Order: sequence, then C-alpha cells, then structure tokens
Amino acid sequence: MSIDWIKLLFTLLGLFIVLNYGLLQYGLIRRITARIGKRIGMPVYQPYIDLVKNYAMRSQITHGVMFYLGPVFRLVGGVGIFMFMPLIYGSYYWSNYSFAGDVILIMYFMFFGMLGMALGASEGGHPYSFIGISRGLSQFTTVEVPFTLAVIAVAVQHHSFSLTEIVAGQQGGIMHWNIMTNPFAGIAAMLAFLGMMMASPFNVVQAPQEIPIGPPTEYHGTYLGLLQTNRAILYVSESILMVNLFFGGATNWVELIVKSFCVFFWPVFVGLVFPRFRIDQSIPWFLKIPLILSIIGIFMV
Amino acid sequence: MEDKKTFIDPDLTKRTVIGPNGEDITVDPIQDYFCDALPKKHEPKRAKIFENFFNWARAESIWVLGFGTGCGSIELYPLLTPRFDAYRFGVQMRPTPRQANLMIISGYLSVKTLKRAIRSYEQMQNPKFVMALGSCTINGGMYFDSYNTINRLDKYMPVDVYVAGCMPRPEAILAGFEALKKRIKAGKAEGANLYAENFETYKANQKKIIRDWNMPDYNW
Amino acid sequence: MEKIIQHLQGAFDVKAVKKQRNDLYFVTVGKDQAIPAVTYLRDAEGFSHLVMITVADWMEKGVFELNYIVHNYQLHADISICTNIDREEATMHSAHHLWEQAWTYQRELKEMYGIEFPGSPRVDESFNLEGWDNIPPMRREFDTLKYANETFFPRPGRVSHDPATYMKQKLYPNE
Repeated sequence: MSIDWIKLLFTLLGLFIVLNYGLLQYGLIRRITARIGKRIGMPVYQPYIDLVKNYAMRSQITHGVMFYLGPVFRLVGGVGIFMFMPLIYGSYYWSNYSFAGDVILIMYFMFFGMLGMALGASEGGHPYSFIGISRGLSQFTTVEVPFTLAVIAVAVQHHSFSLTEIVAGQQGGIMHWNIMTNPFAGIAAMLAFLGMMMASPFNVVQAPQEIPIGPPTEYHGTYLGLLQTNRAILYVSESILMVNLFFGGATNWVELIVKSFCVFFWPVFVGLVFPRFRIDQSIPWFLKIPLILSIIGIFMV
Repeated sequence: MEDKKTFIDPDLTKRTVIGPNGEDITVDPIQDYFCDALPKKHEPKRAKIFENFFNWARAESIWVLGFGTGCGSIELYPLLTPRFDAYRFGVQMRPTPRQANLMIISGYLSVKTLKRAIRSYEQMQNPKFVMALGSCTINGGMYFDSYNTINRLDKYMPVDVYVAGCMPRPEAILAGFEALKKRIKAGKAEGANLYAENFETYKANQKKIIRDWNMPDYNW
Repeated sequence: MEKIIQHLQGAFDVKAVKKQRNDLYFVTVGKDQAIPAVTYLRDAEGFSHLVMITVADWMEKGVFELNYIVHNYQLHADISICTNIDREEATMHSAHHLWEQAWTYQRELKEMYGIEFPGSPRVDESFNLEGWDNIPPMRREFDTLKYANETFFPRPGRVSHDPATYMKQKLYPNE
C-alpha cells in the first residue's frame, strides 16, 4: 500500500489551519464575552501567548503513566475527529481520510477523548478532578443520545454513513440542507451541540466558580498546553462536523470558515444569555426536549 | 502553666488498614501520599533568544493563583471588573496552584495562613513569582507587634514585587503587574531558583514559627 | 425584663445587677451558679440563643470575668450572666450540653486564656494557633511586642508614631 504523501501533507496543513483558527476564535470568544460584560478584554492573540508559556514551563511533575496519557488521548480524540472528516466537498486533497463509515468513527472519537481524560484525571488524584470527570462523563453520555439519534436520522435520510455522501446530498441551495429538510433532527443536534461545546448552560464540568476547573485541576505546563491545543482543534472540528451534517458542507475554505464560524458562535451566544445548569438539571434536560425532537426527526424520514 | 499536649493530626498518623482481600496495609501518609524530593534549580535556556522569548510569553500571560489572605483579597476582585479589567494585561485567575505562575499574598499573614501559603507556593511550578501587597507583608504594618502575624514575607519565600499601601488600591496593583512584567522580561524574576538554592534558610525560618510541622519538607 | 431579673434574684444568689440598657442587663453570680442560671434562662425564660461566651482579664484583681450572653427572640433582649473565676487556677464548668456552639467558644478560651473546661468535647484541639507552646497569648502578662520581636523578623528602620502628635506635627507645624 502506498501512502499518498501529498494528501498527508494537505491533512497536516489543514490541521495547522484549524489549530490557528481555533485559537483565534477562542480569543475572539473571550473578547466578545468581555465586551458583553462592558470590559475591554484580553487581546485576541492571548491564547497563543498562554500556549507558549505553558509549553515553556520549566518544571513538571507527574502522577503516573495515565497522567501522561490523559492529554494525549484527548488530543488523539480531537485530531481523530479532524482526520476522518471531509473539509471541502469535491476536493480530493481536502477531504482528509473520510471513508464510507466515517460518521461512526467520528462519534467514537468524540467519546474517546473524554474517556482518556477521565483516566488521566483519576490518576492525578485530586478530588475535584473526580467530581468534574464524573459530571462530564454523565453529561456527555446524555448529550450523545439525542446527537446520535439525529445523526442516524440524517444517515437514514441519505442512505449512507459517509459524510461525503451526506454532504453531496445537501448540495443545490439552502433548501436542500438537512436543517431545512429535516428540521427536527437538526434542532435536536444543535441543542446537543450546546452540550458538546461545554458552553455556559452546560459548562458545570469545568466552571471555575463551581468546582475549581474540574478535570484538568492537576494538569499544568505542557499537559495543559496539549489540552489547550486540543480544545482549539476539537471545538472547530465539531463545528465543521455540524456544518457537514446539517448545513450543506462547504465547497471552498471561505464558505467553510464562514459557516463554521456561525455554528461556533451559536453556543457562545446561548451561553452568554443563559445561566448555568446544575448537572442534575442538565441531564434531564438533554433527555427531554432534544431526545423527543430527535425521535420525531427519525420518524420524519 | 502545665505543658501543652501535642496535637497529632489524625489524617497524617501512621496507621494500618485492612485491604479488600483481608491483608493488612500499613499507611504512612507523609511517606506515601507526598513526595519529599527537594526542589531543583532549573537553569534558564542557554540560547539567549529563546529565553527572552519565553520570558516575554511569561510576562504577557500571568496566571494568578486565587489565594486571598487578609484584607487585600477584597482589592483583587475589582481587578476583574469593567473598571480596572486586568485581562487587558494578560492577567487571569487560575483556581489551582498547578497552573498558576503568580501568587499574590494580599495582606497580613498569620502563622496559620503562612503554612497554607507555603504549601500552595511549593505546589506551583518552576517559573513562579510572588507579589506581596500592603505594608503588612513588608514590615508588619499595623500588626507589627502581633503574636501571630509575620513581619517580613521575604524571610519565608522569595518576593518579586512589593506593592506598598494599606491597602493598595487596584490601580497600584496594576502598576505592580507592570513592574513585575518588566522584571520578568529582564530575566530577574528567578524566585523559584532562589528558593531552591536557599532552601535550607527558608525552611529554617518557616519551621521556626510553624511549630506543628506535620507535612513533608517540600510538597511539590 | 424587671420580672425576669427578680426571678433570677429569687432563684440564685445574685451578687450584682447592672442595667446597661432597657434590653441589656449584666447579672453577676457565683462560679457554681453561673451554668444553672444560664440553664434557667434558656429553659424557663426563653433566652434560647447563645450570643457568645467571652472573658475579660482583670489582672489587677486576679480574676477572669466570664460572660455568658444569651438572647431572647420574643423580647429582643439580652442578659449577660457574669462570673469571676480565679486567675491562677482557671477552671470553669462546661456549658457544652446547653449549646453546641459553646464547644468552639470554650476551645477558643482554652487556647487564648488557658481556662480549663473539663468535659467539653474537642476542647484540647488547637483552634487558631497551631502548636502554640508559650503562655496563652491573650493573658495580659504575655508581652506580645517582645514575643513578636523575638519570633518574627522585624524589619530594621520601622518607626511607630503616636497618631495624634504625629499628625499635628505634619499638618499644623506652626501651632
């Protein structure tokens, strides 16, 4: 089997673009949050400085093997989602390593990072890590249920588990997008997306005011740098996934960035408006409205 | 007076617990739960240009440990409000000592608090800075004759920047951040290495006033 | 209020009554009668809230004056039961069975003044001063400035001024 080196190069280049895009977007989010609070806020490039500083910490400590592997697993989860997802429809090089069943693999990678984080955080031994990770896993499990059902609805609609074919089925104008042809599944997925992004109504997992920072309590320096890198990649990847699934994909980079930008800011603005749910409120919430909507979405098909 | 009973922390005494298979496990928390390796000195990078770049990053991204002592902690919260907005200068609050770079000792330190402050300080990772607010940390301030408030902070941990005042207003603290940034960029803020080099002295001073020393000497 | 004080005087050997305000009386009783008097106020007169237990150190008289201040929510009134105990053999009957918060007050008094409360739970644990090995610091024979100078590291060059004279010199030097 020969490796398509150019394709690999393009994938890595895409990863680099997505990383920078995610970092800038994170800075922009902080900036918008500050503006809404009538502050000026940090510079847009602040995430880069934080990243450099974290990688440049001089001393680091470890709590064992899993403590190392936790951030690595999380990064693998983020990169994995990216690697198997077509970025630009119709482009050979920018479609990364998507194949016939890539949706299922991506769904798996989403949970994989969380599980790796759970193992690593448990090794750290801090009680807040345990609380945070147990909350995170239980919330993420309930988020997955409506999201998976919505994805199944889309897959049934297009008779395929391949993202490329799902995107292909949505070409030809806004009325062909899945959010228009199957609005119930689309809305359910968008609501589940709020939970996936861990924006404000559902960010009790990492909220500094509730439990000091949750799972990454013990992570510092390079570990935290890895987690920050992953956050940039993962969240952009998830919003690109949403674009592919429900908003007709993208045929060029500009379209992709505009669309994923809009999708990305949906949880941000919701988070700025709504207060935070407790974990015992958010889990039933995900099992009520988004679940019902996604089941209706399946029956619609 | 009769001699005082020595109080022993029940969580830190040596004990035997019974494992899940019925075997006896001896637990000595000071030995088992903490690592007592002494701090090491970390040399700056050889290449000057890298070190300067890293120092710039450290100066522009100061993560403050949310540890408030005394009356100054109430002066720290306005820093995050729209009026003062320390985020503009790359100053952020971190809830855990592992991720923080800057420890702000905000006012008088009683002996009991000093013990906790030292523990938090030692858990921070190497490029770490200390900023001391108020005259209480400089010379004792109005608590100079108190039986349980320390007089000089720099005898117990290396201090990078003192902000004078009783209490300093948030503007003064912002100026203190600027002074700290200049110091970091000049490569002078090597508090962690100083602490590692003069570890014996600092530890002797700490143990002189913390009488029930029931923790390991260095608990990173 | 007058009635309650009369009841107290009838039931106990009251040595002195001092009316501070209409709703605050200081009633001095003997050492052995203090706890029964507090119990009587709590159970029979509705003074259900323990405001605080506090001590004044009368070094010249050689006594500690203990105050048990209790509050009545119906009358919005306080009564303080005062009692004098010997300074050298400072031992007092414990009030831990009346209010649980008395545990902490007694722990603090034990640590700060060295007053013994036999039978009070956790009274021997250190409260604020972990591992204190000197005489209790709130006793007036304890020289806190000397202790601070010996223990901590006074920064050389620190001067203290009397605020009144210093401000007068600074602000009105000609007067």
